[in-house]
Amino acid sequence: MLASNAMAGSHGDSTLAQVKAKGFVQCGVSQGLPGFSNADDSGNWTGLDVDLCRAVAAAVFGDASKVKYSPLSAKQRFTALSSGEVDILSRNTTWTMTRDTQLGLNFAGVNYYDGQGMMVPTALGATSALELDGANICTNTGTTTELNITDYFRANNMSFNLVAFEKADEVVAAYDAGRCDVYTTDRSGLAAQRGKLTNPDAHVVLPEIISKEPLGPVVRQGDDQWFNIVRWSLNAMINAEEMGITSANVNATQYNKVTPGVARLVGKEGNFGEELGLSNDWAYNIIKQVGNYGESYEKHVGENTPLKLARGVNALWTKGGIMYAPPIR
Amino acid sequence: MNSDKSLLLKYLYDTRTRSIIFQVLLILSLVFGFWWIVDNTAVNLQAQNKSVGFGFLTQTAGFAISDTLGTWLFDYEVGTSTYLDVYFIGIANTFLVAFLGIIFATILGFTFGIMRLSQNFVFRAFSTVYIELTRNIPLLVQLFFWYFAVLRSLPNARGKVDIIPDVIGINIVGLYLPSAIPQDGFSLTMWAFAIAVVITFFMNRWATKRQQETGRIFPAFWAGLGLLIGLPLIVFLVSGSPLVVEYPEFKETGPILKRGFQKGAGMVLVPEMLAVWLSLSLYTAAFIAEIVRAGIMAVNKGQTEASLALGLKPNPILRLVIIPQAMRVIIPPLTSQYLNLTKNSSLAIAIAYPELVSVFAGTALNQVGKEIEMIFMMMSVYLTFSILTSIFMNWFNARVKLVER
Repeated sequence: MLASNAMAGSHGDSTLAQVKAKGFVQCGVSQGLPGFSNADDSGNWTGLDVDLCRAVAAAVFGDASKVKYSPLSAKQRFTALSSGEVDILSRNTTWTMTRDTQLGLNFAGVNYYDGQGMMVPTALGATSALELDGANICTNTGTTTELNITDYFRANNMSFNLVAFEKADEVVAAYDAGRCDVYTTDRSGLAAQRGKLTNPDAHVVLPEIISKEPLGPVVRQGDDQWFNIVRWSLNAMINAEEMGITSANVNATQYNKVTPGVARLVGKEGNFGEELGLSNDWAYNIIKQVGNYGESYEKHVGENTPLKLARGVNALWTKGGIMYAPPIR
Repeated sequence: MNSDKSLLLKYLYDTRTRSIIFQVLLILSLVFGFWWIVDNTAVNLQAQNKSVGFGFLTQTAGFAISDTLGTWLFDYEVGTSTYLDVYFIGIANTFLVAFLGIIFATILGFTFGIMRLSQNFVFRAFSTVYIELTRNIPLLVQLFFWYFAVLRSLPNARGKVDIIPDVIGINIVGLYLPSAIPQDGFSLTMWAFAIAVVITFFMNRWATKRQQETGRIFPAFWAGLGLLIGLPLIVFLVSGSPLVVEYPEFKETGPILKRGFQKGAGMVLVPEMLAVWLSLSLYTAAFIAEIVRAGIMAVNKGQTEASLALGLKPNPILRLVIIPQAMRVIIPPLTSQYLNLTKNSSLAIAIAYPELVSVFAGTALNQVGKEIEMIFMMMSVYLTFSILTSIFMNWFNARVKLVER
């Protein structure tokens, strides 16, 4: 299975040709992280990471629903991608140098700037991570969080005991049962998992952010065309927000007079889509069917969702954040 | 022309030639298949800009591992320990649960197997219910059940349940036991024990020989037990008790995080390990019980009747006549169960016990991304464990099998 898939990946056609041939994008997502990639009762996937997969499908097929999802554990994800089991990995994956250089992968951008945080029971009375000397800490295996927490405690000369589970659900259950004093993962993850605790209000997220976690979509190295498609699908969503184009008003751009920048984005000017190997209305389809980055953010993780994550650094660069996409021109 | 053809046909229809042709074809396809896999792997790795090599083993590992036998044995320290250490820690932890699991499962399995054949209804019914319940529920489910049952039923890290006050205590962080730290001169006691083992061995041979020749019975078991305990004990006391026992320390005051059992005092068995041990043993014991029952039932009823006719009592009949004959039926499937238990220990990754699959093929693999090398190294460990178990059990089987005279 692994060998035959991998062979298709290297000897065969480009990823785009394969995706077109099979008629859908195979997307690696998490095993259930509300707000980012999560399946509802009837098996529909939603979330910020899921929207990226849908955007790619909209760009390639003009139909955002042509995606199939593979729920992957943190441990399986890179193997699944490099063996060709999935076409994109959009699973709150941190961009690090090792992963970029040693794993044969390419990060196509950042769709959420995160940082690792810690959650403790309020009853513990801790107000700072520096008070956690000797704590038992629960986390996931196969992630950067294990390394960050180790670095943080070493740097501050504190001892700790790490209990690392394979799946996020078991981490939450063990922390909930009291096996650990601390639950650590990306702060977005803490916000998302909090709802699964017996008493979400009896826990507090400590103020320290102990790492940089730029999360983004990943593709295999060696297929620049596919890499570009994924990268520019994300960029198109961010640029659309910056230009004020939403799923509601994108239709009007087809008839009304628009600025040259918008005209290039929605395919009225130039042949940017064809250069990617797609049709020129690729970005129009993304915005129409998935929405711009801001819409996606507010819908899945924003202030009006259970996660209540403020835009913070994820706001556009024009609004005090660092979300910045290169121009389409 | 015609004769050429008939000669060819003659060769083709010759069974010997034909079997050689088929064997050559088989070998060729095997060699080609193997070459194809290796070449395909190499090409694909190259396409992904990945190299093959074991250089990563000397890199230092930047993550912490839960306190277990492995981290203690190999003195794991973040920043100085390498991925090779992580590998050994994984092996040690896997070996620990496999070894303890095999012992516990065997004892339980034999007990339940014999109980199931008991005349006593309560024993028989209990054993039947136990076996049907445990062997029909997937192991992973049992693993979660025991882990979360253990966790939910224990007091939290600031509390404890005393099993022996101030000596053994348990809470959600683990089972705390006293640890013994050998001092100078403790090696004398170890030597005394080794000498006692040797003496016991020869005494047993002498006792068997004498019984066969003269019929007089020497209480070899009790004598041996006395020797094995007595001799080291005397040496231990004479050499001035060179062993310091360190007890777990429990604090109830101070900052909340500092309360509870103190790190570094005594020995701790983490709940992850307890749950893995418990579920592996209980699960495998059900299968062993059925194997034992099959083995005992395979011994002809006439054997019991003949023994009774000779005037033997029920206990010696079981011990001297039935079990030795049942063993030859029991050993081969028992070996398979031991192998299963060892390999099933890899499920422990689900509940955070840092065994081989979890720390090496999990955490470490994600940091260095050398899938092929690391999976290969992991497979070699299971293969070695399994082959060693097989060799030992085959040797044991050869000893107990029926010798036809």
